[in-house]
Amino acid sequence: MSTLVIAEHDNDSMNIATLNSVAAAQAMGGDIDILVVGTACQAAAAQAAQVPGIGKVIVADNGVYAHSLAENVAPMIAEVAAGYSHVMATATTTAKNIIPRVAALLDVQAISDVSGVVSEDTFKRPIYAGNLIATVKSSDAIKVLTIRGTAFDGAPAEGGSATIEAVASAHDSGKSTFVGEEVAVSDRPELTAADIVISGGRGMGNGENFDMLYSLADKLGAAVGASRAAVDAGFVPNDMQVGQTGKIVAPDLYVAVGISGAIQHLAGMKDSKVIVAINKDEEAPIFSVADYGLVADLFVALPELDAAL
Amino acid sequence: MKVLVAVKRVVDYNVKVRPKSDMTDVDLANVKMSINPFCEIAVEEAVRLKEKGIATEIIAISVGPQQCQEQLRTALALGADRAILVSSDETLEPLAIAKCLKAVCEAESPDIILLGKQAIDGDNNQTGQMLGALTGYGQATFASELSIDGGNATIIREVDGGLQTLTLTLPAIVTADLRLNEPRYASLPNIMKAKKKQLDTTTPADLGVDVAPRVTLMGVELPAERSAGIKVEDIAQLVDKLKNEAKVIS
Ligand SMILES: Cc1cc2nc3c(=O)[nH]c(=O)nc-3n(C[C@H](O)[C@H](O)[C@H](O)COP(=O)(O)OP(=O)(O)OC[C@H]3O[C@@H](n4cnc5c(N)ncnc54)[C@H](O)[C@@H]3O)c2cc1C
Ligand SMILES: Cc1cc2nc3c(=O)[nH]c(=O)nc-3n(C[C@H](O)[C@H](O)[C@H](O)COP(=O)(O)OP(=O)(O)OC[C@H]3O[C@@H](n4cnc5c(N)ncnc54)[C@H](O)[C@@H]3O)c2cc1C
Repeated sequence: MSTLVIAEHDNDSMNIATLNSVAAAQAMGGDIDILVVGTACQAAAAQAAQVPGIGKVIVADNGVYAHSLAENVAPMIAEVAAGYSHVMATATTTAKNIIPRVAALLDVQAISDVSGVVSEDTFKRPIYAGNLIATVKSSDAIKVLTIRGTAFDGAPAEGGSATIEAVASAHDSGKSTFVGEEVAVSDRPELTAADIVISGGRGMGNGENFDMLYSLADKLGAAVGASRAAVDAGFVPNDMQVGQTGKIVAPDLYVAVGISGAIQHLAGMKDSKVIVAINKDEEAPIFSVADYGLVADLFVALPELDAAL
Repeated sequence: MKVLVAVKRVVDYNVKVRPKSDMTDVDLANVKMSINPFCEIAVEEAVRLKEKGIATEIIAISVGPQQCQEQLRTALALGADRAILVSSDETLEPLAIAKCLKAVCEAESPDIILLGKQAIDGDNNQTGQMLGALTGYGQATFASELSIDGGNATIIREVDGGLQTLTLTLPAIVTADLRLNEPRYASLPNIMKAKKKQLDTTTPADLGVDVAPRVTLMGVELPAERSAGIKVEDIAQLVDKLKNEAKVIS
């Protein structure tokens, strides 16, 4: 049994989300290698080599892999994956975009969002917005999996010294061109990695009012999230959406402000350790999952909370 | 320009699903079924392409049991011109569905294939990407904006870090995210008209596709329930609880 973990990275550094997949691979046992596909990605590969317990780091460093275009990266991964029993990547938007394409190239039915490893061929995964957990058994020769980051604590990042090996193949489909990107820059922690997340919903009223949440977040070292309704209304950008179809978070503390608690929202945060809800409607469903609920007008409660911290 | 749009029949998003009493599977008896919300967005986008004079024909396709005709009729009422049902009572996995879609792509030669980014039952988020691998076409998943210019499609994608813009050579695959558009409601006259539109039926076997499952469902379980906690009186009590009871802030 041998697992190929696909590194998530920006060429300069490896994203710690990769460590959740390493942990899932360790939970299963067997040899683990890491594959880094990128452009001028030696620094990211060097970081991957420091992860303890890794056999080797394979690097495909080529201009065609810039911006992780699925059409180019998927055949590269499929080529290397042919020598392994398992392929794992943490379910970020990059992995969700690429991994099913890899699976189909290998004629394998991928398993998405694995939240538990039962054995080398049997896995648990949430279905129906997390309302049920399915146990599924794969009969494919290679198991291609995306891993739900919140379900596996990240493996240690340092202490190892794996060898680094290069592969030369360049796959260029010529069908897709990167035009540009708009990346949110923030000094706050990344939503999926933060210990504390404060999220606002439609009840926030407008984008300016989110300043109250940013101020609180800066005092607590927290990240700020949002419901779909707040994103749809244009209060905040899409990368802040928490839920079934947004980001999945499981921080130590999740504070939901002006969020009703629709199942699609709960699917993204109900595994948080402690949940606080602030809502003026005492019947709001969010209270049914909250450890501490405060029935109050958020425009009164938030300034008070800010002052109390 | 021809558009193929894939629609899936799923449990309505308002339904809270329950397991069967023997925990072998989800209990779908007498549950309200609808068109997958992301597929509805994909259909709407196809209709807008036609209204803009870019698309000339919209073909809706679904793979699944006979009842999928209901969702295909919905797509026809929203503006699709004709529909194809790939009829099968088997458990269909994304790979098998993608193979059926590929076979239909070969027969129909669409310029653009629109799908939902994920189905809200299986939550797999795979089918479009797999179709990309099988056809060799370019893919843009999680699209929040689509524009077509000659032989190219330019797409804005919602990604973890923000937004990414790609240009794809047609034919290409686009999967719809929530903010691509807001779907219209089908009008009564259009629902009536849809009943007369062409709906062809084929099967995976006719398409030469082996749909044998690769993954077996061993059972389902309910996730650990969270019990409701307490209501606090005011901010002072909340801060005290977070500091001294839950110990999550200092
Ligand atoms: C296919 C699909 C996918 C979806 N995916 C997601 C997803 O990933 N994430 C997600 O979040 N949603 C998702 N949704 C949407 C979801 O169903 C809800 O519509 C959404 O979560 C509602 O957001 P909200 O709670 O902010 O808004 P609302 O439901 O409108 O709730 C606003 C709340 O604010 C409270 N409020 C208002 N004013 C105040 C005030 N002054 N003080 C205190 N409280 C106040 C109200 O009492 C209310 O409870 C999805 C829906 C579909 C169909
Ligand atoms: C009884 C039963 C048991 C099942 N057990 C399993 C299991 O163990 N493992 C497993 O992987 N799956 C199982 N499935 C199937 C699973 O529920 C999904 O229906 C299937 O895997 C497709 O995944 P998805 O819909 O989540 O695809 P996604 O990739 O999330 O769908 C994305 C998009 O692809 C298109 N699409 C998807 N399906 C269709 C379709 N049928 N027709 C047309 N377009 C479509 C739509 O545009 C959709 O928006 C089972 C189904 C049943 C009925």
